[in-house]
Amino acid sequence: MTDAATEPDKIAGPTPDNAVRAADKADSGPVLAADGTPLKRSLSRALRAQKMRALMLIAPLLIFVLVTFIAPIADMLFRSVENQIVRDTLPRTVEALVDYDAASAELPRDEVFEAAYYDVFYAAERKLHTRLGTRLNYEQTGASSLFRKSGRGLDDIGEVYQDQFEDLDENWDEARPWAELMGDPDWIAAQDAWDGNGTMPAFELRSGISEILPRTSESYSIFARFMQTEEGDSPLEEEPWTVVHTALYQDLAEGDVAGYTGPRADMLQAADALVASPDFETISFRDGFEEIDEDWVQPEIWQTIKTYSPAYTSGYFLNSIDMQKTPEGPALRDEDERIYGLLFQRTMFMSLVITFSCILLGYPVAYLLSNLPMRTANLLMILVLLPFWTSLLVRTSAWKVMLQQQGVINDVLVWLGMVADDGRLVMINNQFGTIVAMTHILLPFMILPMYSVMSTIPPSYVRAAKSLGATNWTTFWRVYFPQSVPGIGAGSILVFILSIGYYITPEIVGGTSGIFISNRIAYHISSSLNWGLAAALGTILLVVVLLLYWAYDRIVGIDNVKLGG
Amino acid sequence: MSEAILTPIEKKPIGFTAGVLAAAGAFAGLFIGTAQGSGLLGIVVGAALMAALAFVAMQVLGEALEKPVRWGLIALGAVGGFLFGGAPGLVLGALFGWFFGWFIYWVGMGRYRAHLVPYLTPGQVLWHYTFRVICGAIFVFLITPILVVMPLSFNAEDFFTFTPEMLRFDPEGYSLKHYRDFLTNPEWTSAVKNSLLVAPVATLISVSLGTLAAIGLSQSHVPGKRAIMAILISPMIVPLIISATGMYFFYSKIGLVGTYWGIVLAHAVLGIPFVIITVTATLVGFDRSLTRAAANMGANPVTTFFKVQMPLILPGVISGGLFAFITSFDEVVVVLFIGSAELQTLPWQMFTGLREQISPTILAAATILVAISICLLTAVEILRRRSEKLRGMSPG
Repeated sequence: MTDAATEPDKIAGPTPDNAVRAADKADSGPVLAADGTPLKRSLSRALRAQKMRALMLIAPLLIFVLVTFIAPIADMLFRSVENQIVRDTLPRTVEALVDYDAASAELPRDEVFEAAYYDVFYAAERKLHTRLGTRLNYEQTGASSLFRKSGRGLDDIGEVYQDQFEDLDENWDEARPWAELMGDPDWIAAQDAWDGNGTMPAFELRSGISEILPRTSESYSIFARFMQTEEGDSPLEEEPWTVVHTALYQDLAEGDVAGYTGPRADMLQAADALVASPDFETISFRDGFEEIDEDWVQPEIWQTIKTYSPAYTSGYFLNSIDMQKTPEGPALRDEDERIYGLLFQRTMFMSLVITFSCILLGYPVAYLLSNLPMRTANLLMILVLLPFWTSLLVRTSAWKVMLQQQGVINDVLVWLGMVADDGRLVMINNQFGTIVAMTHILLPFMILPMYSVMSTIPPSYVRAAKSLGATNWTTFWRVYFPQSVPGIGAGSILVFILSIGYYITPEIVGGTSGIFISNRIAYHISSSLNWGLAAALGTILLVVVLLLYWAYDRIVGIDNVKLGG
Repeated sequence: MSEAILTPIEKKPIGFTAGVLAAAGAFAGLFIGTAQGSGLLGIVVGAALMAALAFVAMQVLGEALEKPVRWGLIALGAVGGFLFGGAPGLVLGALFGWFFGWFIYWVGMGRYRAHLVPYLTPGQVLWHYTFRVICGAIFVFLITPILVVMPLSFNAEDFFTFTPEMLRFDPEGYSLKHYRDFLTNPEWTSAVKNSLLVAPVATLISVSLGTLAAIGLSQSHVPGKRAIMAILISPMIVPLIISATGMYFFYSKIGLVGTYWGIVLAHAVLGIPFVIITVTATLVGFDRSLTRAAANMGANPVTTFFKVQMPLILPGVISGGLFAFITSFDEVVVVLFIGSAELQTLPWQMFTGLREQISPTILAAATILVAISICLLTAVEILRRRSEKLRGMSPG
């Protein structure tokens, strides 16, 4: 009766039956899928494919958020500790200061002044010294003007030597002889042939010159490369900076050029003789700095440079908690310079007040909405959602209109005779204004989570409690309220997170006493340009918010956030 | 408190009615009295007047004459108010008259118990209505600032408050000049134009990427789902000032500060959490067997997505898009940091206008924005209901 080809037992190859039978025969072997692979592996392959598909869908957005959002945040975190500017601008000084004890209140060795002379001179030519001055000014008032002054004044030291060399031989103030003395002959030929188009042939030192004149070679190379790359001028036509003459004097005073036979040997040897002669005028670097500004021979500036010489610093963070780096380690600032502790406290305090007023105002409304018939509740819900959907700036401007001294509330109060016309209440540009406006702005964020929790509380519990003899208050406090606590928690954390980082509203209605830490961050970004401090303040704020976010995630779950009821 | 229970309504003793009315009258009289100079006199006159009115209405005229009495009170209030305070007084007086006309009969006839269960004690009834009054006050707090802005935007003067002409309902006191300024002043029109150039593009980016990711996230077995979700939601949680600071540093490194695309990208990333949240919420109720059925009938994944899944989750996608749009349209902190003078958006213009308080044109802009947000709110509400209907939930 049965057809051999369709007879289940006769079919060879992968059919479910065969697989089952094969599995039975194998007895203790793994369960197999239809195609003979073990079921486990087949399942995990299918799962892997599903996972991959899901990840492929998520990947574009994840990359987008990582690049446009997480990377900027990471950059800000990095900036709060980054401090490369001192090390980059004053490399020699930082190195010379290595064994300087900042706590000793002594002046550093002469080598430090020498290093600082070269560093500040080069920085001034590159116009970097004012930036460094601004940076150090955050730590020590006066540093900015000190550096600005020094950028101009350091020429005086070099001019002492330059003038004497020039008096000896005019060639010392000419571009060509210097180039012949220092430069490689091949380079000079190439530079001469350069027609002004394309890139200049890069400056090369003549072989052997750096052994004879080490400082001058270094200094001249820096000059020549700067001229070529930054200014686009040929070193063959530019007389060198005065710093090169200083370096030459130092080299000649220390070394011996008697055996030198290269180009311009006579000129160099004449200079050497001049330096060796007793009436050659010299000036020590320390005196040179002292002439520019007395502050250079006070230990404070050197202590500051030493303290801020590492590439990464905790200085910004210490600043943002009212401390400062001192040679003896971190210490609290003077009483009258502490502002951030107060500001953080105020931000916390005002956020708490705003959160509590939101609970106070939001709870009755959420209770009413969740106990009214659906139709009425939906109508009233519009009154909650309309402010939620209205532009933040509209609401802030509304409060400005309402609260100001010639504003609507004051007008009504005056009209009612409750306040005198000359005694109008000051309700704006202070903490009161910020608290009222922000309570209004954040109230929907409190009502909505509360409402969604309260509408899940079965009314029968309340009725049961009452029928068992509980008073109204007991029913509410022992039965209803505990069930509504998750809603309060969710709303409070949300409101607190939002309020602690608010910027716009305090900026407009807060005046000076009602501003938050955010306003200070914005001030440092746009006005004082102390970006490191802004980043450190931002990092602290971010940590607080992320802790709360984590708590919110644990309590409510981020995927349970509801928008618009 | 179901509607089925009927509490019998009966006429209250006149002593009760007159007492309550006297208290209410004293309260109202206090305000009118202080406005006219003497609070104490206001209290006495208000209490006496209201008690007398209650007596007349309840005992002399009776229930049958309710309608004429109430109209009479409105007229009386209007005339009295006009004598005291001119046009605004007329409106206020009429409102007072209307309220007390209703209140006398509401209290006197015991109507206030009509919707309450019969076993409530007087104290509980009193608390019930006190609670409602408190809630009403909170609703007033929520909505008044928005309502106050609207009439002020028609101010004929450059003031941020009501002028005497406006309170007299003098047509001279009102004008459309701030709207005219808003629509013709190049500062405002270019701000609107910039906002309209930025917001749709930012919305498009966040909606397209966000919807894809939400679909991916809604599948089972996504490794690290919680962490991914936390990262994607973070733009909403991290304070805007921190996002703006970070973006300012980072975007200036890659040359995006002050450019159109810098603002678009920043706004797109700020809108993403809203898209993720709304679309994920829509996908919770999505029946997965529908896509399997489509695949079974030979549709490829792209067809399945556009023909089966997309129409069902479209309401969620659109409302997420509206959220993203309003986020971009309303965003000011990031624009202040990474924008430039040529790229001033509408919120930027409003912010600087508010800080310097130049002209009430800002109120005209605010009124227009409120109108827009009412439209958006309606749209989102309709979409939400439609989505719940599509997914077989009962719309709330």
